[in-house]
Amino acid sequence: MIKDVRLNVNGKEHTLQIDPATPLLYPLRNELELNGPKFGCGLEQCGSCMVLLDGMAEPSCMRTCSSLEGVEIRTIESLADGEKLDPIQEAFIELQAAQCGYCVNGMVISAKSLLEKNPNPADEEIKEGLQRVLCRCGTHSRFIKAVRLAAEKMKSTTL
Amino acid sequence: MKLSDINRRKFLKQSGQVLVGFNLLPLAFCTPNEANVMSDFADKGKNAVDSWIRLNPDGKVTVLTGKMELGQGIKAALRQIAAEELDVGMDMVEIVIADTGKTQDERYTAGSNSIEGSGKTIRNAAAEARRILLEKAAGNWNTSPEELSIDKGMISQPGGKSASFWDVLQEKSLEGEITEKAPKKDPKDYKVIGQPVPREDILAMVTGKSLYVQDLRLPGMIHARVMRPPSYGAKLIDFPKEEVEGLPGVIKTVKDGSFLAVLAEREFDAIKGLQRLQMGSRWEEKTLAPPQDELYEKMFNSHDKGDSIEDSLPSNWQERGEILEAAYTRPFQMHGSIGPSCAIAQMENGKLTVWSHTQGVYPMKRTIADLLGMSEDNIRVIGVPGSGCYGHNGADDAGADAALLAAAHPGPPIRVQWMRMDEHSWEPYGSAMAFKMIGIVDSAGNIEAWRTELWSDAHSARPGGKAGHFIAANTLENPRNFEPGGFSAGSYRNAVPLYGFPREIVHHDFSTPLRTSAMRGLGAYGNVFALESFMDELAHKSGADPLEMRLKHLHDERAKEVLEMLAEKINWSSNRKKGNQGWGLAFAKYKNAASYFAVAALVEADPVNKDFKLQKMVGVIDAGQTINLDGLKNQTEGGMIQSASWTLFEEVKYDSQGIVSNTWASYPIMRFSHVPEIEVHVIDRPEEEPLGAGEAAQGPVSAAIANAIFEATGSRLRDLPLKPEQINWDKLQS
Ligand code: FES
Ligand code: FES
Repeated sequence: MIKDVRLNVNGKEHTLQIDPATPLLYPLRNELELNGPKFGCGLEQCGSCMVLLDGMAEPSCMRTCSSLEGVEIRTIESLADGEKLDPIQEAFIELQAAQCGYCVNGMVISAKSLLEKNPNPADEEIKEGLQRVLCRCGTHSRFIKAVRLAAEKMKSTTL
Repeated sequence: MKLSDINRRKFLKQSGQVLVGFNLLPLAFCTPNEANVMSDFADKGKNAVDSWIRLNPDGKVTVLTGKMELGQGIKAALRQIAAEELDVGMDMVEIVIADTGKTQDERYTAGSNSIEGSGKTIRNAAAEARRILLEKAAGNWNTSPEELSIDKGMISQPGGKSASFWDVLQEKSLEGEITEKAPKKDPKDYKVIGQPVPREDILAMVTGKSLYVQDLRLPGMIHARVMRPPSYGAKLIDFPKEEVEGLPGVIKTVKDGSFLAVLAEREFDAIKGLQRLQMGSRWEEKTLAPPQDELYEKMFNSHDKGDSIEDSLPSNWQERGEILEAAYTRPFQMHGSIGPSCAIAQMENGKLTVWSHTQGVYPMKRTIADLLGMSEDNIRVIGVPGSGCYGHNGADDAGADAALLAAAHPGPPIRVQWMRMDEHSWEPYGSAMAFKMIGIVDSAGNIEAWRTELWSDAHSARPGGKAGHFIAANTLENPRNFEPGGFSAGSYRNAVPLYGFPREIVHHDFSTPLRTSAMRGLGAYGNVFALESFMDELAHKSGADPLEMRLKHLHDERAKEVLEMLAEKINWSSNRKKGNQGWGLAFAKYKNAASYFAVAALVEADPVNKDFKLQKMVGVIDAGQTINLDGLKNQTEGGMIQSASWTLFEEVKYDSQGIVSNTWASYPIMRFSHVPEIEVHVIDRPEEEPLGAGEAAQGPVSAAIANAIFEATGSRLRDLPLKPEQINWDKLQS
């Protein structure tokens, strides 16, 4: 059942020899050694495993590899440009928006997808944009503020 | 300030310590072979300065703590304490956390006592180190230590010589005993403590570089999944061994009694093996009793006398006025860590290494020794952070699973990752509790008598040395049975009111059908819910202002102050009730010994849709001396949201077949759409001892919400979680 599967991850083509039915999350973490996306439920219920699929935040724990050939896959590892952080990352650090941090991948990826579509979201829209991602530490209010700050940062850099 | 390479090598020879180049998660990168080399580590015991603080040859200071980073930011706070007492920059201080091969035995990271415990020792050790360094320098320069000052690791004489710590030590290691007599800084002079110091790990988190135990990939590592029984106490009849072992990538299955696991080269192959086991294995199951809908009734009607925790009621108390009664309940609730538990274990040449996100590396080592019949000397447990745990979750059990598998299959590191259903169904829950409250209040709002009777299962069943505390151990061919401990104090934590009035508190130990253990705040969550709700009921009964009634019965000025500040922040007297909105407040001093916390909740009723919304929460905390202001706020905000989630949404459901709440669909927690606005105010008391704060919010938040619901709707909800269906909406419309 092992086959060649071609995945485009963070701008690079990879040919992996795996069972094509493997959910994307496993080769990302194991074969490609990307620790950003996390395993939380494997059921598309918690958002720990969020990645960008053609720019949209989606869970990676159930989507099979074979269904993602030809899709541009991006993980949190690709957001920064060398030392230069994405404004979302800067905002999370500035506001210290994390406790254990296990959910942070899902939050950052969801924020990325949201701000790309809607650079000026109202708080309710931010909440909606992060709704799929669970946080057990209760860091929610800081995440909302961080996304708001990121939006401001992006505005001031594009002006 | 740095030593040259030659000096460094000499230094290492003399000090016999390998502490070069540690970063925040040093051992995460250890190769498995290195992990077992413990000869470099000379355990000098708890009183040695360098068991806690070391000066590294690379010009850095290493702090060693037996405590674990649980997402509470303990690393930053402990680094701050060391930097302050030693007068070095924060950027010079690194930290090594819980590792039985490197750090001292500090038992568990729990009960909000890391700052009070480890923090205190590190402060003493740093002060001692400072004293030693100053004395050495003074000796070298023929002056007295009082003449010298320290800045950023440089000791200097006014207008004279100066030298770095490392020059002063002259390639020797820092040696000495912690006498607790070394002068400590006057809090007035603090430069680092009390500041909002940023946590360094957040950069790693937002760039995907953070390392949790789930992220470790050791060379040659293989993957395991454990097939947990379908329900508590189920016995394995048979399983499709050949079929599973014939699956591609599967190395083998491991069976010991009813403990069943599959090992595979790749993670997804292990998952497929597990799925096959789940479909094809047969089990003999037990039923759970009593059924959930009879549980509280059974508690209230238990026939035991109970233990009196405190009794100051006069004999004729029943004659003092009208007796008011109310009963409250708290369901089983789960820790619900977002990352299911995980561990890696490796057995090599009779030596076992376990990487785990346990809250207690030493207790885990002892318990694994008991489980495997090994000598503790041959076991090393390395703490690596996991997802936030908030108490005793599946972490230790996953460690035991990995240890059993490593023993059955020596050689490669074996990674055990629990599935979501494993964590939901097998973690030890916060116990269900029931409360019967009785009170007498006069028309002026004076409480004449108070009686609390409470029922609860254990709030602590951590593996402290007995293998039976691991779930895997109960299922082995030669099972090790769970022996409940005698510790019941967790059940009545915060049951005794801090208020001054005559009272009696009675506690009943009640054995429930579910597995229970320590969850953030232990019994305090339920106890404060009942206590602070009942205070409100008594206030309303007597027509007193709930705030005034609390203040009147408090004799601790710091307690009053958090309440008074809170009232001012929300403008309590004029805002308490407006239209469909109501504020409720509550207070507790955690454990009656740690932080003071008062909180107000704003609830808005929506009679048309028969729903309500928690709009806002404002908290005021006094944790004594504040170490990291922002860390304290962050943790308190988090505790408030988590407690609001428990209070509004959470109940573990079971039926006779087992746990029903086995995913986030059947055990929902708060998502963004329900998150209220949060505000936290801190009363800093630099002259006071720092107090544990991590669990302070859990109890008061629940009662504040219930009290706000009462203000907004006129309905008194006494059964957690608080649901709109429990509200008498007709009352509101009329
Ligand atoms: S792990 Fe993918 S949504 Fe939970
Ligand atoms: S910060 Fe711990 S789960 Fe969100």
